[in-house]
Amino acid sequence: MSDAGFDEWLHAFAAEDGYYLECANGHGLLPPRRICPDCGSTEFSEESLPESGTVAAVTTVHVPAPSFDADAPYDTVVADFGAIRLTGVVDAEPGTVEIGDDVEPAVGASETTGNDVLMLRPV
Amino acid sequence: MTGVRVAGVGLTHFGSHPDRTGRDLFAEAALNAREDAGVPLDDIEQLNVGNFAGSLLEEQGHMAPLLAEAAGLDCPATRYEEACASAGVAVREAVRTVRSGEADVVLAGGMERMTNNDTPETTEALAIAADELFEIRAGVTFPGAYALMATAYADAFDVDEDELKTDLANVASKNHDNAIPNEYAQYQREISVQQALDAPPVAEPLGLFDCCPVTDGASAIVLVSEEYAAEHDLSAEVAVVGTGQGTDRMALQDREYLARTPAADDAAAMAYEEAGIDATDVDLAEVHDCFTIAEVLAIESLGLYEPGEGLGAARRGETRADGKRPVNLSGGLKAKGHPVGATGGSQIAEMTRLLRGDHPNSDHVADAEVGVTHNAGGTVASAVVHVLEVAE
Repeated sequence: MSDAGFDEWLHAFAAEDGYYLECANGHGLLPPRRICPDCGSTEFSEESLPESGTVAAVTTVHVPAPSFDADAPYDTVVADFGAIRLTGVVDAEPGTVEIGDDVEPAVGASETTGNDVLMLRPV
Repeated sequence: MTGVRVAGVGLTHFGSHPDRTGRDLFAEAALNAREDAGVPLDDIEQLNVGNFAGSLLEEQGHMAPLLAEAAGLDCPATRYEEACASAGVAVREAVRTVRSGEADVVLAGGMERMTNNDTPETTEALAIAADELFEIRAGVTFPGAYALMATAYADAFDVDEDELKTDLANVASKNHDNAIPNEYAQYQREISVQQALDAPPVAEPLGLFDCCPVTDGASAIVLVSEEYAAEHDLSAEVAVVGTGQGTDRMALQDREYLARTPAADDAAAMAYEEAGIDATDVDLAEVHDCFTIAEVLAIESLGLYEPGEGLGAARRGETRADGKRPVNLSGGLKAKGHPVGATGGSQIAEMTRLLRGDHPNSDHVADAEVGVTHNAGGTVASAVVHVLEVAE
């Protein structure tokens, strides 16, 4: 079973071809979208994501959900890429990333489930 | 439009009751509320009940008729689900129903049974209040999401990590102090600031004592029209004079602010306008402190503090029981407990008791006239605010 729109978007990072959606009025969004929640626009274009973003918030998770049990402890960050932000697991030793650090997106796998995970790797 | 009074409130003990069914918990709260109100069973015209995760935690859907039956009711019944704000929304819609004149008596409240599951299962069930694609798949837990908000807050307002942790530990310690005399509270015991600071990390910078517990419990309130209260000579001296609700983007990453909760700003503005008050009129508040940082964000959204100034309120003593404006005199979610689908109703019940003078902590707010409740869903993608007043 796939999640149409989301899966294609996530896998584009594996080919280093990450993108976001921009509505006709310039609002940045992540797929799948039919309607812009900022302005109601229904027209979107795919725009290339900057190669790196800046960490805006970070936490080291010690008590995970069961689906990340074997991954813990790990860092999760929200990183600012200009038009949009991304949330991902940090591909580095926990506790080593700080707000203001640059990170780049990639696709990794959960050590617990093997499922694809959006990773953010320190640049 | 008629005025709305709280005729009666009912609670179960909040705590670990793994062997008690959800239906039994709600029946106890409903019975307590009806006895407190002195309203006959047949006069109740509608049931609004909050429940978040019964379909996962109790393998029970279609909760409203089940809980109506348990409460002895034969009337239209609806379950409301808005994550941890489920009961807040149930109460809000009950207020609107009574106001509109469609019903004179509505029973509202909520229930959650949680400790019958292992903690990992419960954690996973609660996580569905976050965005499944963009947050859960990125390893975000609820403590993790609030930890992200806490670090963004510290960055936005130039707070160092030690100050952040110490101020948050003061929130936890305050709310435990408040819970000590509350017979319904899960943790009727004090914790020191140092104990909170020394607790094991859950999602840094949040430790175990920054997090509310897993709780079983139920809440119920009987809302009546002013006319019904007068006709039946009810002692219903607390009025619901404002209700507001706000919505934000589901995922933190899509919000304008990572360290503010605009959905609660909107809910407060709506409720205050209805009540004809502003933040300076608020004498006390019950807010949604699922994590200590959440209390800080709440009191800022309620306008009790400017953004960036709420963090130190507990440390400075301002929000303590003997402070200028007490927050979470019930013990809050942190120490009273957080049966998620029941919490919004519990806040109304506790505020009513505090304003009526029959709460163990009422003496701290003996002259209070205006109380505000703040109930949030997820990372405050949903928020409900109510204004309660001691009626003339």
